[in-house]
Amino acid sequence: MKIAVLVKQVPGSESPLPIHSDQKWVDEGAVAYVMNESDSYALEEALQIREAKGEDEVVAVSLGPDRIQKVIREALAKGADRAIHIQVETKGAIDPLVTASHFADALREENFDLIFTGLQSDDVGMGQTGVILGEMLGMSTASLAMATEVTEGKIKVKRELEAGWFQWVSLSLPASVTIQSGLNTPRYPSLKGIMGAKKKELKVVTPNAVEANQSLAKVFVPHSDKQTVMIEGSVDQMVEKLIDTFRNEIKVI
Amino acid sequence: MDILIILEDNNGKIHRMGLESIAAAQKMAGGLGLSMGAVVMGANANSLAEQAAGFDIGEVLKVEHELLASYSSDGYAQAVKQVIEQENPTYVIFGHTYQVRDYAPKVSAKLMKPFLVDNVAVRTDGGKAVFTKQMFNAKLFSNVTPNGDGPYLISFQSAAFSSEKAEVGSAAVRDCTLNLDASMINSESETPFQEEAGGVDLTSADIIVAVGRGIGKEENIPLARELAKAIGGELASSRPVVDAGWLPSAHQVGSSGQSVSPKMYLALGISGAIQHVVGMKGSKNIVAINKDPEAPIFEIADYGIVGDVLEILPKLTEALQS
Repeated sequence: MKIAVLVKQVPGSESPLPIHSDQKWVDEGAVAYVMNESDSYALEEALQIREAKGEDEVVAVSLGPDRIQKVIREALAKGADRAIHIQVETKGAIDPLVTASHFADALREENFDLIFTGLQSDDVGMGQTGVILGEMLGMSTASLAMATEVTEGKIKVKRELEAGWFQWVSLSLPASVTIQSGLNTPRYPSLKGIMGAKKKELKVVTPNAVEANQSLAKVFVPHSDKQTVMIEGSVDQMVEKLIDTFRNEIKVI
Repeated sequence: MDILIILEDNNGKIHRMGLESIAAAQKMAGGLGLSMGAVVMGANANSLAEQAAGFDIGEVLKVEHELLASYSSDGYAQAVKQVIEQENPTYVIFGHTYQVRDYAPKVSAKLMKPFLVDNVAVRTDGGKAVFTKQMFNAKLFSNVTPNGDGPYLISFQSAAFSSEKAEVGSAAVRDCTLNLDASMINSESETPFQEEAGGVDLTSADIIVAVGRGIGKEENIPLARELAKAIGGELASSRPVVDAGWLPSAHQVGSSGQSVSPKMYLALGISGAIQHVVGMKGSKNIVAINKDPEAPIFEIADYGIVGDVLEILPKLTEALQS
């Protein structure tokens, strides 16, 4: 069985996000990048399936400029067998139809049995690439997986619904499944894995340009109409003011 | 029609976010001078059609087919695609529900038309609609526009519009026939189920003490538990804390957990990602403590402290106990 995992490099949750002077994107030079959170769960799920079956191949695939090779190396260090880097500039690129068609072109001839992606990216958060890619490659699709079970010719997926509900869905292979955070415990790369990653195959492909169907006109910092009372001072002063707020303003103590 | 609203069935009723979609579509129709219509689907869609006909939405299309008796992504994507092809709207409006997230990207791929997701606002400008979406975990906003000719698929975030703003009226109901075939559906779904709530009912709590990623590690959870006890509140959390296994999922507040509206919601080290905020923004008073002054939680907080929860928590508990 061949499994592709799509991993994306995104700003970390505590990264600075200064807006570029053209107001079309963030200043990438100031950003601290990490592997997208749900993608790291998707990678772990693929690695666990391979380890249970023994004979599978896990291929990490990522799209973006050269800086993304850091997450590709991370995926290889964690255990992916080889990787594909779709080399393209992604500043201000938000259209999932474009992203998915680049992936489709790079993956079509590989004939993967399974494609795993994170549910959505922590940067633009379109949440569509995995499903669109599956559709473009004629695969079955399911989203928001909280558990997977691979059997002969099928994958069973526990889908998250709203407000604490779940549903098991059985899909015929090949299938593209988007993975929700929390379904496993992503591993850390071992020292041996990190050393070995350098020797693994990393194929770089350059996609053809595709016209975008949606565009980002402007990025800006939100402002809220809500007046937030900021409580300041030393820790002791803040605690004292907080107690006073609980007692006299909110009246909960 | 120019604007097609897709209404979702939620146990026999129009999903709340469907009503919000009606309000959104009415605003767009007014601003752009466009006509509207709504679609209801199911094996039997009479009741939904009747509910939808009570709104000022021009027309209700009733799609009935046995393959739509229960949800499947393939079935629903095919159905919506065919309705779009028959009606040729410029805008197709969805609520950004979990179901829509599952099948609408398929419709986008089938039609090769863009799906602008999870918008928080729309403004009409010179005959065109500009949509506003949160990005980078709600720390930044962006204006997004569709390119080329429609149809454009558009979804709005929960509560971006108030369901109460959906204007009532009277709409005609029209039957709409589709060509659906069992061979189009590549999946088999089992009956939905709910996992054990574990005896945690956050919905009736007056005070909720909620922890997020900022609590740092599992060993710090008792600090929050002590505070909750000292103030007489229930302990809750955001998703990352549950994902990390620090608290059972029964404590989770947000789109995939419980929705709460206590008298006071104390958010400790919670950044305020939208998936969490939709479950707690109805709280009467929101008090947020976070070391990141840019954290989106401060956008909705009534009271805020920029500081380290691990320093403040023990002292706050101590002060409450004395």
